[in-house]
Amino acid sequence: MTLPSPDGTAGVAPDAAALVGVALPKRAHLVRRLLKDPTAVVSIVLLIVIAAASFAAPLLTSADPAAPSLANTLGPPAPGHPLGFDGVGRDIFARLLYGGQVSLIGALIAVLVAVAIGVPSGLLAGYAKGAFDAVASWTANLTMAIPAIVILLVVMTALGASTSTAMIVFGVLMSPGVFRLVRASVVAVREELYVDAARVSGLSDARIMRRHILPVVAAPTIIQAAQMFGIAIMIQAGLQFLGIGSSAESSWGSMLSDAFSNIYVAPQLLVWPGLALTITVSAFALLGNALRDSLGATAIKPSRAARRKARAAKSAARVTPSAKTPAIVLSDDAASDDDDAAADAATPEADVLLVVENLRVAYPTSGGESVVVDGISLTVRKGEVVGLVGESGSGKTQTAFSILGLLPPEAQVTAHTISFDGRQIAGLGRNAMNELRGRRIGYVPQEPMSNLDPSFRIGFQLVEPMRQHLGLSKAQAKAKALGLLARVGINDPERTFAAYPHEISGGMAQRVLIAGAVSCDPELLIADEPTTALDVTVQAEVLDLMRSLQAEREMGMILVTHNFGVVADICDRVAVMQTGKIVETAPARELFANPQHPYTRMLLDSTLEDSVPRRALAAVGAAATGSTAADTTLATDPTTPTGESA
Amino acid sequence: MSAVTQHRPGAGRSAATDEPLLVVENLVVEYPGKGFRAPPFQALKGVSLSIRAGETVGLVGESGSGKTTLGRAVLGLAPVTGGEIRYAGDRISGINKKQRRALSDDLQVVFQDPYTSLNPAMTVNDILTEPLLVAGVSRTDANKRVRDLLDQVKLPQDAGQRLPREFSGGQRQRIAIARALSRDPKVIVCDEPVSALDLSNQARVLDLFIEIQERTGVAYLFITHDLSVVRHISHRVAVMYHGEIVESGDAGAVTSTPEHPYTQRLLLAAPVPDPVRQLQRRADRQRLATQLAAQDEQAGAGVGGDEAHSTDPSREA
Repeated sequence: MTLPSPDGTAGVAPDAAALVGVALPKRAHLVRRLLKDPTAVVSIVLLIVIAAASFAAPLLTSADPAAPSLANTLGPPAPGHPLGFDGVGRDIFARLLYGGQVSLIGALIAVLVAVAIGVPSGLLAGYAKGAFDAVASWTANLTMAIPAIVILLVVMTALGASTSTAMIVFGVLMSPGVFRLVRASVVAVREELYVDAARVSGLSDARIMRRHILPVVAAPTIIQAAQMFGIAIMIQAGLQFLGIGSSAESSWGSMLSDAFSNIYVAPQLLVWPGLALTITVSAFALLGNALRDSLGATAIKPSRAARRKARAAKSAARVTPSAKTPAIVLSDDAASDDDDAAADAATPEADVLLVVENLRVAYPTSGGESVVVDGISLTVRKGEVVGLVGESGSGKTQTAFSILGLLPPEAQVTAHTISFDGRQIAGLGRNAMNELRGRRIGYVPQEPMSNLDPSFRIGFQLVEPMRQHLGLSKAQAKAKALGLLARVGINDPERTFAAYPHEISGGMAQRVLIAGAVSCDPELLIADEPTTALDVTVQAEVLDLMRSLQAEREMGMILVTHNFGVVADICDRVAVMQTGKIVETAPARELFANPQHPYTRMLLDSTLEDSVPRRALAAVGAAATGSTAADTTLATDPTTPTGESA
Repeated sequence: MSAVTQHRPGAGRSAATDEPLLVVENLVVEYPGKGFRAPPFQALKGVSLSIRAGETVGLVGESGSGKTTLGRAVLGLAPVTGGEIRYAGDRISGINKKQRRALSDDLQVVFQDPYTSLNPAMTVNDILTEPLLVAGVSRTDANKRVRDLLDQVKLPQDAGQRLPREFSGGQRQRIAIARALSRDPKVIVCDEPVSALDLSNQARVLDLFIEIQERTGVAYLFITHDLSVVRHISHRVAVMYHGEIVESGDAGAVTSTPEHPYTQRLLLAAPVPDPVRQLQRRADRQRLATQLAAQDEQAGAGVGGDEAHSTDPSREA
């Protein structure tokens, strides 16, 4: 389920393409997007101010941050000393500014060390794999298991106390995190087809790494670096608080330590280093989040999909019945949008199961809205199979989803009528819709595998809806599920019932989903490209199954497909969709025998079924192989000169 | 494309003038088995095939049949454990990386998925110049060549400045074709290049393939699961099943009057876009299925059995 697909002959894809993009977008886009995010702007401004103030310390104050004066111990603010004096009479403002320098430089050292170690080793381990990967991953895991603060304390006592040494060591301790992140991104991207294509184009490994892999790694590494900055500053302050680091050096951590020792006398001393630390660390954390949102949004695909799904479920049916929009209604046999045909579909008939009238689906875009379903009308009678056929982007899936009430909340759906069995279902609440979905309207999706939850056994996924909808006991539901599995042609229902989705093939998974879809005896089955992901021989079997189930239970069915062969196989009536409109509706035989609309004719002409096979290549080198392969038909076997393969 | 110098692996060219351009002989590809001491999985079990210059050989089969693996082995992307592949008389299986890179002049690829085969972060111009720059072509010549290539695949001239995501599936596949053509290869491995496309785009892209072949004389190894596609574009067809070629021959014959039961099954399973003929075909298919089931019962187990449960660890779609 996506927004309008970019396919079709139109030139530029709409925003749906953004969902497809995977890697780091162009830098200019990134900066622009970052500047649109208020969080990012605030945190960047804060960090710039903090850094500028720290490094301009000699200009901002003339006081020496390290010079104690007993006369000023815990002294109040004075001219030239805006924040007063600390426990040994040092200027707090100066210490704050110079301490900022130490903190930022220290954190920078740690992050640079972590990146310098983590990125190259991660790249190498992910790309080359093998022994280096094994050793490096093992080392990384071991390092991560060691408590950092203990190591730092040990190293500090052994090597002497300097903040930069501490931060170098901390950088080393953080590097496994970077290593693992980079390695994971490389492993993901090296399987991409475009890396294979680059290899076939003759690019060397170094070049592939630089051109195709490094840019993908950059985004997550930058995000991670922002987070590491904050962590490094905190750890550093902690060490300094414990008294590690040069005592001559002013730092936020040592200021805290000083404030702590005077906590009963002058608690206000905690405020300034505390504020400095909090603001800086929060700014880095927020910057990290903002970076992730603007640049990592595409890198973290599954969570986005999960969010969309969650939202779609939450929205349930948000179809608003409208009486205002002009009706463009097609009767069953009208080929164009004749106005006088409008009343036809609305007249209730005894055997009419589903009536959709003037359905319109639009998505808001930056420049207004993009209409993906543009005033279509559709009728499904009891026991009738209606094919909804069209190319990608024609809106056929969006139509099916709006009947099911499963469109994302940003979709603006309006319709004169969506009525099911005489009852208006447009605008039904979530609970009422849930009552309908699964129980009276079944759904068979396109991708069988992604529609089974990998963490639950198949049996559970079949039993649960039946218990919910039909109120069966566990044992009854199981018995029914096993019966259904046998009915859909699964040889060993018990085994499949207990299996996890990854243990069965795609064809089996689709049978399971069909079993699930018909488990509550729905009157209407909506199948969205149910066989597109399957092999052709499996497709034939699944179509046989759907046909027999449909006949046996007299279900109405909407079959969304782009394959005219499938339409010819199973559909009674066909609606052809083009860019959101139904251009032609006709009984299947009539449509194939006598297509009316030019678009239908174009599509039917595009099928390759009856194309004339190319003649065998004129015997250029055929004589040389010793066989006149080009002229004979099947007798000789020119592709297997040795004849050993078959 | 004169700017590209011709690298030839080895020197056995003169001895091979009689041989087809690309020869695959008894090819075996094995992937390590899953789990400790598991037997390796044989994706290809001794496959032989040949392609002559300017010819299209269609390779048809279902997922898990090993057809994609065969294409990847020719490109040096799958581990060859037995048999050999010869190009222009020279062995190209098991060659080192440098020799493989030299082959990129002659051997190119168009992958199935136009969404993942183009780097989403690179402009079309960068994607198309990359193989040229690698071959030592100057940037100005490469840019000139790109304009020519865009023209050949019928994309607008300004396409070069845009990112792949701004194009539809059919247009992306044209970009992938342009990339494959950039260095005037002799053989292009086409791995399901139209199966992700809409019906009307599919026909147009196939016709583009044919037109390019007629103009440049490039040979295609055309991998697909669709018999009607294979009939449209191929001179000869080989049908793969479970890592073996079960039937091969002239395209018209194999796709209209197949002899092997698996090919017959494949042909009858594809629905015809005509309700009347489809009714007939469905009846034929069901009759064949009953026949095969009866045979299976007699023989214990047969080739035309249930749907494949084997999983192919290679990149089969």
